[in-house]
Amino acid sequence: MNANFGELFALMFSAMLVYNFLLSRFLGMCSFFGVSQKIDTAVGMSIAVIFVMVASGISAWVLNLLLIAWNLEFLQILVFVLVIAALVQFIEIFVKKTNPVLYNALGIYLPLITTNCAVLGVVLLNLNQSYDLMQTIFNTVGSALGYALAIILFASIRERLSIDELPPVFEGMPAAFITAFVLSMGFIAFSGMIKV
Amino acid sequence: MANQNGETSLSVLTSGWIKQNPTFVQVLGLCPVLAVSTNAENALGMGLATLGVLAISNLFISFVRNIIPNEIRIPVYISIIAAFVTMVNLLMHGYTYNLWVSLGIYIPLIVVNCIPLGRAEVFASKHGPWKSFLDGLGMGIGFLGAIMLLGITRELFDAGTIFGYRIWPSAYNVFVVALPPGAFLVIGLYMGLFRYIGKMRSQKKVEGDESK
Repeated sequence: MNANFGELFALMFSAMLVYNFLLSRFLGMCSFFGVSQKIDTAVGMSIAVIFVMVASGISAWVLNLLLIAWNLEFLQILVFVLVIAALVQFIEIFVKKTNPVLYNALGIYLPLITTNCAVLGVVLLNLNQSYDLMQTIFNTVGSALGYALAIILFASIRERLSIDELPPVFEGMPAAFITAFVLSMGFIAFSGMIKV
Repeated sequence: MANQNGETSLSVLTSGWIKQNPTFVQVLGLCPVLAVSTNAENALGMGLATLGVLAISNLFISFVRNIIPNEIRIPVYISIIAAFVTMVNLLMHGYTYNLWVSLGIYIPLIVVNCIPLGRAEVFASKHGPWKSFLDGLGMGIGFLGAIMLLGITRELFDAGTIFGYRIWPSAYNVFVVALPPGAFLVIGLYMGLFRYIGKMRSQKKVEGDESK
């Protein structure tokens, strides 16, 4: 293990807070606005995304070695999308067999992760930065935790907001965007914390 | 047969512009709209790339729609879209290198943009090639319009320029608009504005009907 742990943790926290996937990189927006009406669904979605992100991050890193070895880099996008789709299917079957309670709680969100850009996003970012395996793992875990943090915070605010009175033209989607604006401003403050 | 649902070619083409606008009405495919709309040029590049992928993948999926087994249609659609996105990615790398660098990972991410997959599932799998091509074109134009609107607004308020041409002196700049939170703010305000305009127009219509 050549990279020291301090650097790896700095990488993880900067992926989680400073370059938060939802609030500063805008990856995974559909789920951010789609499943954030209730805290329960947001928590379920976060768990599913953490699973899929970490699994696909690691397997994409391994597969990329093969692609490079065979000079097939131009197939990267196609291969990674199919790997993610297969992994989502696999995890769905696995969770269904081993933990039916969790499976029912996640419901439709599990298959939908295939088209969640956060998963493909983290895979591509890891490759662009040419991280080694440890860096890939820490960056992926940090990104996944950041996703969970942001969507759960956002869902909490929206749940509270839904019982408030708002100007009629801003009810629903526009209010959600303005809320995201305020939340994102909060996360900007973290950028002074870690410089990578 | 062409008009089975009262859909003419023209209405298929134009429905994505305003009535079914993918960004403001259907709220789909937000990642690129928010992420690369920091200036007008990036927004134009992203909008055109998505438009191309949408129109061509819709056309192709419509051609092969009858030979795809129903159970595996989603993986097939994703593979087709991924192939066209790879082509666009390589073309942009070759011909517009600076744009390719500034758009970064958002070009390969067109694969998982909900709009091409959504249109394949909702429209191209049920309609003929010509209509599907028009639908993809129309939705692409709607997307292009939305991302351009954001790009122009954000560049104007951040730098006082549009496509690099100065509109007002840089002393009036509001720099938060180009930061990530600014994207949320601008799109939220636009959505509120469009809803307000829609409400005003429907009220006017009601008043007009009453006076008749």
